[in-house]
Amino acid sequence: MDIYRAHVLVCGGTGCSSSGSATLIERFNEKLAENGLDKEVKVIRTGCFGLCEAGPVVIVYPDGTFYSRVKPENVDEIVTEHLLKGRKVEHLVYTDHATHEQNASKALEDINFYKHQHRIALRNCGVIDPENIDEYLAMDGYRALEKALTSMTREQVIDEILKSGLRGRGGGGFPTGLKWKFTYNSQADQKYVACNADEGDPGAFMDRSILEGDPHSVIEAMAIAGYAIGASEGYIYVRAEYPIAVKRLTVAIDQAREYGLLGENIFGTGFNFNLFIRLGAGAFVCGEETALMHSIEGKRGEPTTRPPFPAVKGLFGKPTMLNNVETYANVAQIILHGAEWYASMGTEKSKGTKVFALGGKINNTGLVEVPMGTTLRTIIYDVGGGCPNGKKFKAVQTGGPSGGCLPESLLDTPVDYDNLIQAGSMMGSGGMIVMDEDNCMVDIARFYLDFIVDESCGKCTPCRVGTKRMLEILNRIVEGKGEEGDIEKLEELAKTIKATALCGLGQTAPNPVLSTLRFFRDEYEAHIREKRCPAHHCQALLNYSITDKCRGCTACARVCPAGAITGEVRQQHHIDTTKCLKCGACMEKCRFGAIIKA
Amino acid sequence: MKSLAELEAIRKATLSRINVRKEEKGETTRVVVGMATCGIAAGARPVMLAFVDEIQKRQLQHVTVSQTGCVGMCRLEPMVDVYVPGQEKVTYVHVKPEMVPRIVAEHVVNGRPVEEYTIGAADNN
Repeated sequence: MDIYRAHVLVCGGTGCSSSGSATLIERFNEKLAENGLDKEVKVIRTGCFGLCEAGPVVIVYPDGTFYSRVKPENVDEIVTEHLLKGRKVEHLVYTDHATHEQNASKALEDINFYKHQHRIALRNCGVIDPENIDEYLAMDGYRALEKALTSMTREQVIDEILKSGLRGRGGGGFPTGLKWKFTYNSQADQKYVACNADEGDPGAFMDRSILEGDPHSVIEAMAIAGYAIGASEGYIYVRAEYPIAVKRLTVAIDQAREYGLLGENIFGTGFNFNLFIRLGAGAFVCGEETALMHSIEGKRGEPTTRPPFPAVKGLFGKPTMLNNVETYANVAQIILHGAEWYASMGTEKSKGTKVFALGGKINNTGLVEVPMGTTLRTIIYDVGGGCPNGKKFKAVQTGGPSGGCLPESLLDTPVDYDNLIQAGSMMGSGGMIVMDEDNCMVDIARFYLDFIVDESCGKCTPCRVGTKRMLEILNRIVEGKGEEGDIEKLEELAKTIKATALCGLGQTAPNPVLSTLRFFRDEYEAHIREKRCPAHHCQALLNYSITDKCRGCTACARVCPAGAITGEVRQQHHIDTTKCLKCGACMEKCRFGAIIKA
Repeated sequence: MKSLAELEAIRKATLSRINVRKEEKGETTRVVVGMATCGIAAGARPVMLAFVDEIQKRQLQHVTVSQTGCVGMCRLEPMVDVYVPGQEKVTYVHVKPEMVPRIVAEHVVNGRPVEEYTIGAADNN
């Protein structure tokens, strides 16, 4: 293991990988060798830095220069200028959207995007090489397991988690310590620890990034949990659509086994713990705990009623403790720094930090971790950089298909489990999708319901049939065929489904409709009564027309696939709305801004 | 299987290796080697490598080695600036690899600049 004077950290998360970071790594290694620097400068592939929008991201240490959107052809310049001669390549340095400030010599924490963040679950993401256990060890890795096994009783470990106030990060928000305690209290010859890595909400990728960037943090926490509740085996249920996460997890488990951090007689304390990976085939319902455990057992991934809860009768009929990836990622830090340290962050009933995946109409698409109680406004504007192209913010969707949309008037809500529920949404796994004035809220509700109808397992009638009926009504509304009474019908269906569906997926399925009805009822009414889409989004309700700005260039008439545009050369043209397909091709083609939609 | 002591040794060794990635303001000693054309021609690269080597041998933490351009006194290259937190910058001139262990031992570790190698001493000759 050699010391290198400079480290080039290249993001190997999903976002940057798909924008070509693997090629960058090859190119760096080639160019470094060519310049005789391969013994001085080391290239490391890390997990996600969070600022996926600016990817591929490259950071050069010791000076901490933050390069964004690096292309393979930029690598030569970084090597010959920065690494060989010590001169930063200014034009590649990250520039802040809002302030247009360059991070020339500033540390990472000074960038707006990172300034408001507090990274606990993501502490090692973008800092260490996830496929090298030594680097995890150097960041105090497996010290918490050592502390728990050698100096704490099982009750003390559970008590510490209980006192920390940590709540389930998968969305339910159930106190983690209580779950541990219930499973500890169950008597059985065999117990299991399980990890829910079946992240399925559209737009959520925090669990994926933790597994890709810091797999050992989950492994260590699961071993601690195994010790606490008395389990010798654990299962990680991860979706097969996350190939990078699966690969790094496999590598990490092998390394931990080799070092004796998993297996028999860990640290000579007589504690045995083994971990296994199970791949999910991508059904959304398998994120529901009972369905997930059936899937691990090799059965059909369908939920069953509770009780009995998994803590009493779970995997293979034995007491099982199931936690989410992000929940586990906090555990080692709590054991190491104490419950009081963790409980000092956050709000009264929600402690610590939460990771959010920012997406949609926002400048800094990516992954952020902020203390509980941070307002939506801080997350969206200060960290996320607001809506792009100067568009007006309309709503933020939190909690995925089970959550809801919150309007601008609620932006100052401090984010925690209880506040979000009170506001009419929920925490969920932490996806945040931002919408601007161009988004139609009826269409958003339709999108989520479409997802639910697709993903409903079909076991219970309210979810299988009820959501389908709701979707049909919404489809009618966006097509301009809405009728008086549709809103009431939607509300009645929603109420029934919420009250009668079998599992959490069904019970929360109507939420996107209910929350948009609550805050954007006027949009529904405009669609139904006036056959008008206020956001100019719903195709069927749009009408294109040509104003007197038209110069008669004929470009629109030539591009129209339906032959709906007529007019003489150098004369104002006209659209025949009965022929118009509303494809918008004419509007794109017009150089004079003469075509409008309303 | 690794014992607790072995794990601790891995932690320590790895930490000094990845220490360069930490941004600890005000705690890190910086060794800056002049590596413009003049510096490289005068033999700055072996000097820089000698610093990296020495830091590795002693498993020093909170020390980084980086480069800089030409400060204009090309006749004094290879030049090395050492910034110890809380002390004034010290500039060494005509540095050769064999001088490095002493600079690291006396200045970087113990905070006493090696006067005879500094720019002040060179100007007096």
